[in-house]
Amino acid sequence: MTATLAIEATGLGKSFGKTRAVDGVDLAVERGAVYGVLGPNGAGKTTTIRMLATLLRPDSGSARVLGHDIVTEADAVRGLVSLTGQLASVDDDLTGRENLILLGRLLGYRTKQARVRADELLAAFGLEEAAGRLVKNYSGGMRRRLDLAASIVVTPELMFLDEPTTGLDPRSRNQVWDIIRALAGMGTTVLLCTQYLDEADQLAGRIAVIDRGKVIAEGTPTSLKASVGGGALRVRLVDPGQRDEAARLLGRVLEAEPHLEADPSAFSVRIDDAERAADAVAELSGAGLGLAGFSLAQPSLDEVFLALTGHLAEDDDVEEAAA
Amino acid sequence: MSTAPEKTVPQAVADATLNAALSSSARPPRPSPLSAAKTFGWRGMLKIKHVPEQLIDVTLTPVLFLVMFTYLFGGAMSGSTSEYLQFILPGILVQSVLFTAVYSGVALNTDMTKGVVDRFRSLPIWRPAPLVGAVIGDSVRFAIASTIVVALGFALGFDAGGGIGGVLGAMLLVIVFSFALSWVFTTVGLLMRSPSAVMNTGFMALFPLVFLSNTLVDPSTLPSALEAFVNVNPVSSLVTAARGLMGGDASAEDIGLVLAEAGVLVAIFAPLTVRLYRGKS
Repeated sequence: MTATLAIEATGLGKSFGKTRAVDGVDLAVERGAVYGVLGPNGAGKTTTIRMLATLLRPDSGSARVLGHDIVTEADAVRGLVSLTGQLASVDDDLTGRENLILLGRLLGYRTKQARVRADELLAAFGLEEAAGRLVKNYSGGMRRRLDLAASIVVTPELMFLDEPTTGLDPRSRNQVWDIIRALAGMGTTVLLCTQYLDEADQLAGRIAVIDRGKVIAEGTPTSLKASVGGGALRVRLVDPGQRDEAARLLGRVLEAEPHLEADPSAFSVRIDDAERAADAVAELSGAGLGLAGFSLAQPSLDEVFLALTGHLAEDDDVEEAAA
Repeated sequence: MSTAPEKTVPQAVADATLNAALSSSARPPRPSPLSAAKTFGWRGMLKIKHVPEQLIDVTLTPVLFLVMFTYLFGGAMSGSTSEYLQFILPGILVQSVLFTAVYSGVALNTDMTKGVVDRFRSLPIWRPAPLVGAVIGDSVRFAIASTIVVALGFALGFDAGGGIGGVLGAMLLVIVFSFALSWVFTTVGLLMRSPSAVMNTGFMALFPLVFLSNTLVDPSTLPSALEAFVNVNPVSSLVTAARGLMGGDASAEDIGLVLAEAGVLVAIFAPLTVRLYRGKS
């Protein structure tokens, strides 16, 4: 059988009681790429990843991972993938080194080989000094690095990463990103679940946007942005009393509906052609409307999300931890 | 909780070491079920090493029981403390080790709330390996608890009619029975919501079984209904066998009964635990 795709899911679904956590997800992930699954908390990302990693049985649809069915050939799938869960999947009561030796042995290394491999990974992930300390005393960034090291004791063909940078400071986040890039560079396929739009934008070659258990958009970050249209011109006035007048004016010039912001002296207007921004701003000054500032922004994935779902990519209070 | 300072600046992370580490991992053959279970047993040992607090209960409780009961009841029950010690030492051995078995369930329940279980479950290993390994690891705890009781018993003047062989045999029998009982508590551990609920349930269930037995008193002194219960209580049969082995007058029948009871517990509760563990997600 030729398995060209790393992940091929059709109509994958899972319910918990009355909650339809995943409601017919289709995915096609090429080998050797970082594929982003983007969505807010409770969108069904974790449930999807757990089904693909054979930890949960789907109750509808089917999926093949690296050519193997996730239900009937679960064991074969387990031999090819590794999972870094949302809670760091390491043992708090052991040292970092013991964690890696434990996994090495469980993957079939002899004790001595497992030790050598553990030390190699500790060095590569900058954890040599902390090797003998209990993981419960690690910082968030160190835990994540150990977690990633544990996932590549044997280099997997496909790696599931469930929100690998949630709760990390910017520096640790950059380190994790470097590791993910290096992994992808070595040819490992990475399925990256994230609720951070810039993370998906930075790492993933393709992105599936998932909301309420369904894939609502799929494509490259660029194509997703393009589907929303160009950027926006944001204007802030000296006198909030002039906002209505200024918004009307710019709306007419740029032929778009102005969006009044919460800030009473600010509004924004969609703009397809950045060239026209200068003219638009000049018109404002010409009309005697005092500008406090203006900026031209490219659409962020936040805006993509808003445009696609009609709501922001924030928590919508659906419990996914239980999934 | 203190977080360790991060001295190493792993900009080193994205460099040659990482690439080398990524490329140098040919997949070894899968471990056998036994080897996977042994590895989990080793994990249990490491936990004892790193969290020695959990051994305090195991070691202190038997010491307290033995000293208290011997000197508190000895004179009243048997006329002298030394004579009562002869009677209760095998019973205290049983009691101490059985209470330790509850921790198998507590540990499993604690484990299930941690992310590391997801990793174990996504590995290509024999699925019950984590459970079997943990329970095997717990047997080391049983061995520690029983050694303490027996050593203290000898220090207080216990005279083993069955000799060293008999004493070791009694310890082994108690450990085997507790291994079987562990599976009951791992089942409980997977059914309960929190570690403390497992602990409470376990102790609530064990207290009547341990005390309403022939551990501390001669059942013939009891009201007949209670005596009937005591006589069918599996703990009584274990105490009888252990007493026989240590005293040198064990009957094959008593020992056989204990082994049969242990076998029944494992036959029912080991598959049940494995089933619950698999379905848990």
